[in-house]
Amino acid sequence: MTEKNEAKEKRKIKAAAKMKEIMTAYYIDAKTAEQTGKKVAWITSGGPVEPLIAMDIIPVYPENHGAMIGASKMGVDLCRKAEEMGYSSDLCSYARSDIGCAPVNGGPIGGLPKPDMLVCCNNICGTVLKWYEVQARYFNVPLFILDTPFTHVGFSTEAKKYVKSQILEYIEFLENATKKRFDYDRMQEVGRLSLEGQRLWQAVLDMAVNRPSPLSAFDAFFHLALIVTLRGTRQTVDYYKILLEEMQERAAQKIGAVADEKYRLLWDNLPIWYRMKWLSEKFAAAGACLVADTYTTAWCGSLKYIKEDDFIETMAEGYSRIYLNIGVDQMAEQIIAMAKKYAVDGIVMHSNRSCKPYSFGQYDIQRIVGEKMGIPTLMIEADMVDERSFSEGQVETRIEAFSEVLKGQTEAW
Amino acid sequence: MKPTEELLQITKNPYAYAEKLSAEKKIVGTLCSYAPEEIILAAGAHPFRLFGSAAQARLADTHLQSYCCSLARGVLEDTLAGRLEFLEGIVFTHTCDTMQRLSDICRINLSGLFHLDVILPVKLDTASARGYFRDVLQTFREDLQSLLGVEIADDDLRRAISLTNRVRKALTRIYATISDHPGIMKGEELYVLNRAAMMMDRSRLALLGEETAAQLDADKTGDGAAGAPAAKRIFLEGGVCNYPDIFKIIEEAGGAAVGDDLCTGFRYFNGLVDEGNPDPLGAIADRYMQRIVCPAKHAGITDRGERLVKMVLEKRTQGVIFFFLKFCDPHAFDYPYLQQALEKAGVPSLMVEVDEQLQAGGQLQTRLEAFIEML
Repeated sequence: MTEKNEAKEKRKIKAAAKMKEIMTAYYIDAKTAEQTGKKVAWITSGGPVEPLIAMDIIPVYPENHGAMIGASKMGVDLCRKAEEMGYSSDLCSYARSDIGCAPVNGGPIGGLPKPDMLVCCNNICGTVLKWYEVQARYFNVPLFILDTPFTHVGFSTEAKKYVKSQILEYIEFLENATKKRFDYDRMQEVGRLSLEGQRLWQAVLDMAVNRPSPLSAFDAFFHLALIVTLRGTRQTVDYYKILLEEMQERAAQKIGAVADEKYRLLWDNLPIWYRMKWLSEKFAAAGACLVADTYTTAWCGSLKYIKEDDFIETMAEGYSRIYLNIGVDQMAEQIIAMAKKYAVDGIVMHSNRSCKPYSFGQYDIQRIVGEKMGIPTLMIEADMVDERSFSEGQVETRIEAFSEVLKGQTEAW
Repeated sequence: MKPTEELLQITKNPYAYAEKLSAEKKIVGTLCSYAPEEIILAAGAHPFRLFGSAAQARLADTHLQSYCCSLARGVLEDTLAGRLEFLEGIVFTHTCDTMQRLSDICRINLSGLFHLDVILPVKLDTASARGYFRDVLQTFREDLQSLLGVEIADDDLRRAISLTNRVRKALTRIYATISDHPGIMKGEELYVLNRAAMMMDRSRLALLGEETAAQLDADKTGDGAAGAPAAKRIFLEGGVCNYPDIFKIIEEAGGAAVGDDLCTGFRYFNGLVDEGNPDPLGAIADRYMQRIVCPAKHAGITDRGERLVKMVLEKRTQGVIFFFLKFCDPHAFDYPYLQQALEKAGVPSLMVEVDEQLQAGGQLQTRLEAFIEML
């Protein structure tokens, strides 16, 4: 028994404690902003946070909050509150739980700090637009919308011009909100740190090419928080350096995220936050490690469009061409590229009732990937925060059946 | 044939109508009121709004999950099933997340017809968005030129604008008369007119619209003016309404629809394109920038509420019915706010949600009757 526990202990990622520390300090900072005289901006997960960091505005992420609510299994209660307020139960559960939380200061951290302004970038969905309109009315604060036209097959010159002009409008909006001049030199530095952080995060995820993989998607879902919330800070860069070192060390010592890695899988869509542990145990028990995912790579997927020495000029394209703002066929291509890179045996797709732009098209991606790579897909019907859409028995049966398929496939080789 | 008969035939069998028309004109499918019809008309083609018709969506179900709205599902089903072979192509205007992915799925799975995405701005209240809007229209014009092998001159655009403005004026007149004389035109007839308006030949429509408007003007001064003076004044708010029975139910319960903010109603024809503007594309963009928005677009955080309350009060509305398609997120997000805005203005409202593939049935009728009775 002791040996087993030792092995389990060895598999734990040590940097996690540091990350919890950073996140706690960050939330304390944000919750005490009123006393310290700092401004707070609520921003969407795919939004350009760098100008906020450059202006010393504390960014707060309702989506990260939604994830915390989900992970602490408080989603159903808060979603119900939103439904009592008149919001349909078919709406995004991040939005519902955040809207339901605002008037009661509920959830795991007693609600988010009140915003001084809202920054909404629709590169991830149209839902955030409606959600931020709701909150802009509720808190009666200014709302800036960065409208990033959808890039079905490409990024048009007119869209580029439009987004670029909005970046300048964004800066003006921040200057008005803070009554401060924008510091372009500082911005350059923040931009550099943002890109460094993104490259380090990608390097961490890349460690999963090792067999056994030193980390799983479940680890990535956790360690993702900094690249989302504190992108552009030195702290994030420093943290991912530590995490990367640990992953390199684990890879060298062949310490896998899963005890006995037999199968390697790719996860698509947002995590099912309230069943992370359960799912990770189910997959681990089947000897399956989720070595990659489309979700956590989304925060470094458009690196190639951004130039370090010209962040402000190039961020328009970088933010417009992120994973969710592209066509389904391009998404399939990226999944195929990842499947090859990480040598996966199958795909797990979370068909997420809360996220239409992420989920509609999955059936086509499943078909395209199947045709081009001949690997199977497991489809899990659920929701990222609202547990009422999760059927444990059904998911368990599907995972078991999928394990059999994987087993049969490997034996056939 | 009475105009209403002609319209009824079109709405009853729209694909047969389009098939016939395709011998004369290239038919271009559109999906919402943001499709810039003027440019399609200027290209000598015919804009034909798609609603989907299928009761069952077996083919579409292999591409779209159960939590997708019946509009997207129905359109996909009809395209996959080959019911829309009269189409030259489809124009996908960017609005909500579902339509965005429907475009991808159609592009990947359909062949034999052209596919055009028109990615309009989501913000419709800034100068840079207006600039972008015009740029997108210019690109759309160029794309259509090459796809249809035609030249679209400014004068072609002007003629198309003048035609669509005639339609808008006629429908606006009809709505004004209906509001002043509730019951003068049956709700079902209005539904048929609105629906045919998005599908039929626009020159013919302009004529029929003008005739209908004139006929109603005559009726209101004649004996037909009797109408139903005691009818309770109902306003409809929502997106696509594919459910003609709702008008019958409202009328049988003693109400009359005196106005709407539906994308298959008022939003389709609301506002004129400025014919005096030397830049026709800019003028088309301006109409959209000023028109009441679909909730998938943004024109300020209180714009929709203020405009709804204003319309509702102007029309001396006694009750508002929110008529939503299930899984339509933009409308569902705005509902609590709009409901409260109406409440503050002292106007009661009721929300009904329909999935087209399911018959709404008796429950809906009971709720509507109870609501109208209460007013």
